[in-house]
Amino acid sequence: MAKKEKVYIYKLYERFWHWTQAFLIFFLALTGFEVHGSFTFFGFENAVDLHNKAAWAFIILTIFTIFWHFTTGEWKQYLPTTENLKAQAQYYIFGIFRNAPHPTRKTILSKLNPLQRLVYLSLKILVFPVMIASGLAYMFYRYPSQGEILELGIGSLETIALLHTIGAYILIAFVIVHLYLITTGHTLTSNLKAMITGWEELETEEGETPVSQTIKDPVGEKIRENTPQITPDRYENKEEI
Amino acid sequence: MKNTVTFILSVVVPLVIITLILRDASRENKLLAELKEEYSQPHIPSVDHSKHEVLQRDFDNPHEITATCISCHTERGQELLNSFHFTWEREDFIEGRGVTYLGKRNLLNNFCTGIFSNEATCNRCHAGYGYSDKNFDFTNQYNVDCLVCHDNTGSYEKLRGGAGYPVPGQDFRTIVQNVGRPTKANCGYCHFHGGGGNNVKHGDLEEALLTASRQVDVHMGVDGANLECVDCHVTQNHVMKGRYYGVSSANTRRATCEQCHTAAPHLDNMLNTHVEKIACQTCHIPEYAKVNATKMFWDWSTAGELEDGRAFELYDEQGNPIYQSIKGDAAWQTNVIPEYFWFNGTADHFLLSDKVDTTEAFLRINTLFGDANDPESRIYPVKVHRGRQPYDPVYLTILQAKLWDREAGRGALWIDLDWERALVEGMKYLDRPYSGQWDFVDTEMYLPVNHMVSPASEALQCQDCHTRTNGRMQFVEGAYIPGKTTNAAVDSLGVLLIIMSFLGVITHAVIRYISHRKNKVVTSS
Ligand code: HEM
Repeated sequence: MAKKEKVYIYKLYERFWHWTQAFLIFFLALTGFEVHGSFTFFGFENAVDLHNKAAWAFIILTIFTIFWHFTTGEWKQYLPTTENLKAQAQYYIFGIFRNAPHPTRKTILSKLNPLQRLVYLSLKILVFPVMIASGLAYMFYRYPSQGEILELGIGSLETIALLHTIGAYILIAFVIVHLYLITTGHTLTSNLKAMITGWEELETEEGETPVSQTIKDPVGEKIRENTPQITPDRYENKEEI
Repeated sequence: MKNTVTFILSVVVPLVIITLILRDASRENKLLAELKEEYSQPHIPSVDHSKHEVLQRDFDNPHEITATCISCHTERGQELLNSFHFTWEREDFIEGRGVTYLGKRNLLNNFCTGIFSNEATCNRCHAGYGYSDKNFDFTNQYNVDCLVCHDNTGSYEKLRGGAGYPVPGQDFRTIVQNVGRPTKANCGYCHFHGGGGNNVKHGDLEEALLTASRQVDVHMGVDGANLECVDCHVTQNHVMKGRYYGVSSANTRRATCEQCHTAAPHLDNMLNTHVEKIACQTCHIPEYAKVNATKMFWDWSTAGELEDGRAFELYDEQGNPIYQSIKGDAAWQTNVIPEYFWFNGTADHFLLSDKVDTTEAFLRINTLFGDANDPESRIYPVKVHRGRQPYDPVYLTILQAKLWDREAGRGALWIDLDWERALVEGMKYLDRPYSGQWDFVDTEMYLPVNHMVSPASEALQCQDCHTRTNGRMQFVEGAYIPGKTTNAAVDSLGVLLIIMSFLGVITHAVIRYISHRKNKVVTSS
């Protein structure tokens, strides 16, 4: 029988990264679309300035996060898998309405379901690189002078700007869907709480510990040691959609 | 709670640090300070002409004045014979034409149309004496008028209809003893009055510049740098920097802002990168004709109307003539917002021998070359002067009318008000074919705006151009301007994607909610 255990799933840096990134994407979209001419909020000049600053913050954050992914081995979380992919899709399309169980069990070793793996991976290796590359090209091409990137032979700013704008639309669509899918955890807010506190109640198999030994997490280890054991009966009464 | 605090600290603190690192360190504009210091030094002449013996006398023959100047300045006469102010013609290479010899001597314009057969009056502004017709001797150095440029008394007057000769009987003794470096008043004597009156032609060059504040012209403002024309139009051996593209064609010897301000004058690097494709003038001359009106439109076709058998004039509220029997309809404007064009510093001109293309909406008296893909081109503010001029619908050439004469009855339009005769006389003078028929063609002339630079605080702001609608660049083609240019396909697909995402999410949520309630009912029963 599966039981539930409160585990420390999102480490401090991970949460810092996630929320900073969330804020930055929101802010980049806000300022970016003002630059795009969609609305006036900060004023064009301020929007450009803020967008550029936030972009650098985003780049710095990304560099740190790449480092984090490799030093912690967390990058493996994003390796795509076809296993359960169909089941996961079917769950979102049908199962979820029938109160069916989540097809993929969330563990510390494997926090992401196959769909998440695929989507987040494509953000990491496709959308973000395109946004950063086109954004940097935009900065150093700017409009008038081809500037320092003359050598790249980019015909016009238009190419760069269109790529960047397409990426921006895709990111916004992602954010919308992402915000909604947050609510599809065990409870409406369990995913959100987990990303804020780091702790989430996860199902574990009998005799299995959700804590992977392969992932070094001294901070988490310490916190876990100091956390009282939780009895399964608290979860009998599932409050789940 | 502790977690929240940690979270806020871990999110906010690094962001604040990043922002502080990226904050622009404020610099001081050293160069501007240096320029201010340099140009606030008064010009100290090396010579006091009132001490020269040869100048202690009266003159009544202006050629003699010139000869006296040349007696000391021995090489300047020859120099002047090669100066554009005297030759009114210059050798240039024009794309599509080859080598040309063009200038006021043989070009058309969109105002009084041309000097031909009107020399005696038009050439009052020639830096010479006696250019009254096409037989003028351009090789005689004693035909040069030194005083119009070098009189520092501000009193020297050239005679109306006098072919460049001065009004007789002036106090030449005082004038010659007070010659010196040309002042604004010297240059302005002609350049403020192009087109036959103050500010008619250029819009950014007019009498008000002699007394205006730096709000009107940051360089010439009397409460500002109070510069003279020649401070920027730097002159060596009577060859001055500066191009007026009504008569010039080449991208050489231009007077540029960069001469003093360098190509990277802003503290903000973002602005400096604009310099590559945007002329300084575009942002820094947000409007011209800031004091007196300039003529924007000149319709020659309505000239010749009479009231009670007499010539008449109509004026607007500011006192500008909007109709004159001798000149036709006119439109005037103050605080004009320029039009913007790509321009690479080279130009072409419509010649008397060129064919009028009647399929075009209008004829270009001059053409500014340039486009977005040309690395030499930048976006410039331009005064576009629109007009209607007579042309020959059979031979398809522009016609020249005889406008002026000393006496009535010799076919001058401005006296006899007879187009037919004026055109015949004008074309006869030019010795060019004329079918005898005439009609009018719409014309445009392009005058880049360079003066009346506003204080930096009044320069255009980002959103003046970076805006979807009605921006300054709304008619500028070929460049991607963020905030202005959009790609309809990308934007509609993008918005569609967002709408679909919302709809998808909402539909999913609704079904989830309904099925949840249903499941609940099933469980509880
Ligand atoms: C590191 C990542 C990014 C960099 C380096 C970057 C850089 C830039 C730059 C340089 C511009 C031109 C305007 C300006 O100078 O501010 C720009 C425009 C824009 N950015 Fe970004 N940006 C990044 C991320 C994003 C993100 C995440 C979004 C939206 C979710 C976004 C949306 C936009 C939009 C819509 C425009 C206007 C494009 C146009 O209309 O031409 N950017 N970006």
